[in-house]
Amino acid sequence: MKHLAVAFGLSLSVLTSPAWALGAGDDDSERLARWKEIQTSIFGERKLEATEAMVKIDAPNRAMDASLVPITLTMPEKDKITGLHLVIDDNPSPYAAKFTFGPAADPGEIKLRVRVNNYTNIHAIAETKDGKLLETVKFVKASGGCSAPMGMTDEEAMKGMGEMRMKFAGDAAPGKPMEATLMIRHPNFSGMQMNQVTRDYTPARYITKVEVSRGSSNVFTLDGDISISSNPVIGFSFVPEGKEPIRVVAIDNQNGRWEHSFTAPAVSN
Amino acid sequence: MRMSRTRREALFGGLCLCCLPTLGRAADAFAMEEIGPGIFMRRGIDGEATAENADAIANIGFIVGDEAVLVTESGGSHADGAWLRAEIVKRTAKPIRHVVLTHVHPDHCFGASAFAQDYPTFIGHHGLSAALDSRGEFYRGRLAEVLGAERAGTVVKPTMNVADTAEIDLGGRTLRLTAHGTAHTNCDLSMLDTRSGILFPADLLFVARIPSLDGSLVGWLKEVERLKGMGAAKAVPGHGPTLVDLAPALADLTRYLSVLRDGTREAISTDMPIEKAVQTVGRDEGDKWLLFDSYHGRNVTQAYKELEWE
Repeated sequence: MKHLAVAFGLSLSVLTSPAWALGAGDDDSERLARWKEIQTSIFGERKLEATEAMVKIDAPNRAMDASLVPITLTMPEKDKITGLHLVIDDNPSPYAAKFTFGPAADPGEIKLRVRVNNYTNIHAIAETKDGKLLETVKFVKASGGCSAPMGMTDEEAMKGMGEMRMKFAGDAAPGKPMEATLMIRHPNFSGMQMNQVTRDYTPARYITKVEVSRGSSNVFTLDGDISISSNPVIGFSFVPEGKEPIRVVAIDNQNGRWEHSFTAPAVSN
Repeated sequence: MRMSRTRREALFGGLCLCCLPTLGRAADAFAMEEIGPGIFMRRGIDGEATAENADAIANIGFIVGDEAVLVTESGGSHADGAWLRAEIVKRTAKPIRHVVLTHVHPDHCFGASAFAQDYPTFIGHHGLSAALDSRGEFYRGRLAEVLGAERAGTVVKPTMNVADTAEIDLGGRTLRLTAHGTAHTNCDLSMLDTRSGILFPADLLFVARIPSLDGSLVGWLKEVERLKGMGAAKAVPGHGPTLVDLAPALADLTRYLSVLRDGTREAISTDMPIEKAVQTVGRDEGDKWLLFDSYHGRNVTQAYKELEWE
């Protein structure tokens, strides 16, 4: 199968078994075994602690659209959080996203939209300042999200690639985190979508890195993969300090690079 | 079959818009009705593709001219298409010269392979071939999981591409075909029978069953206006009763699509996230459509991702 040969930025070479072929009928021990394998490949021997308090996943139990499953990750004790990993166990490339938060971040909540290829556990792992890895899990029913063809041609899907928008919610106030939504035009081709005009799979073309910063201060860096939906939309928050614009740099796996700046609402005294 | 019903629903990944529990008639209740002079239609089930119903969920049928037969919709699977072909040959010895593939969805075009032996012209929108290129195998695989590969059928490409409009003569009976802009899908073809004046909008018109959005919401509302201008009083919708008054049916469709558009725009402008919009937009339409709970949320998702870039 050609799509398995595609090299993904975050992909797991350890996974030699075609995990994507399993799914709805798997029992818990199979799921657990798969998770252990993925866990080791990402975190090595580091210990993961189960938590319900430190990181929470909100996602539909059953996806309406497997190619666009909205996920909200909440980290109530946000001051302790330095990073966040999202793993969709049964996706062909399970390691969906890794967020690294900088000093300008307010890492209490992250929203993103993902593809889900099979009935799967979704794991979120928060990383804390004192080096802990805190894990939580949610089971989601969806199917075909990675291979689902888009309702348009590849050319149409690539129209405006790299265009960005940013929306800010509410007014800025001292000490109050500002919520923002970043939208990026990009097909994020998974490499599993068939284009039979060429009798081949549309090559994977997806965003590998998004850096959001303000002045010299980083808000977050996202390492992305094919599990992120086309036209990625990312919800995040930042500390309302500074007057510089919010700068976004996005890079894809085919040397695409786009940079945009957005003026954030200023704190008025 | 080991798969649960929910598993089957999920198999289609939301792209086949034809699924879910059988609310309509059982497969053995299928009947051809002559809904106009020489126009025979079978009402599709208001449900999901199952092994039992062979994905017979769309309204399919045929039109008989003085010299030849045209198939208005091929059926949802090879098995469904074979059933339709048997119904045709029971009623007429005239050759099946044309099979219309109204758009890319499997419940409308997987019956085509059952007509290969007639060597008809397969008629499609100019965008259909590319749409089948990108989705056909995906659909075939999913359909085969439900029906088995043999009953599912194969992907059949159009041999006649309609760029804008075209006419087909069945002998004393002219059918006018129109290729629409992106609406229900990006390859919708409608047809007007000039003898009866009946319009065949295919899935540009849903009646009773909730419309499914897989193209462009704004585009669909635009194409509805075009359908209104075609001068037809009666129509054969893609789903629902086999013959309806066009104006009120289009009014219901327009109401739903407008609610979807306005509600989603409102959600976007007030920064309501997509997952919340899915739960709140257009809920008042819930008791007006069959299969609402199964497909409305997906429609909101489609609308949101289209309209958030306006």
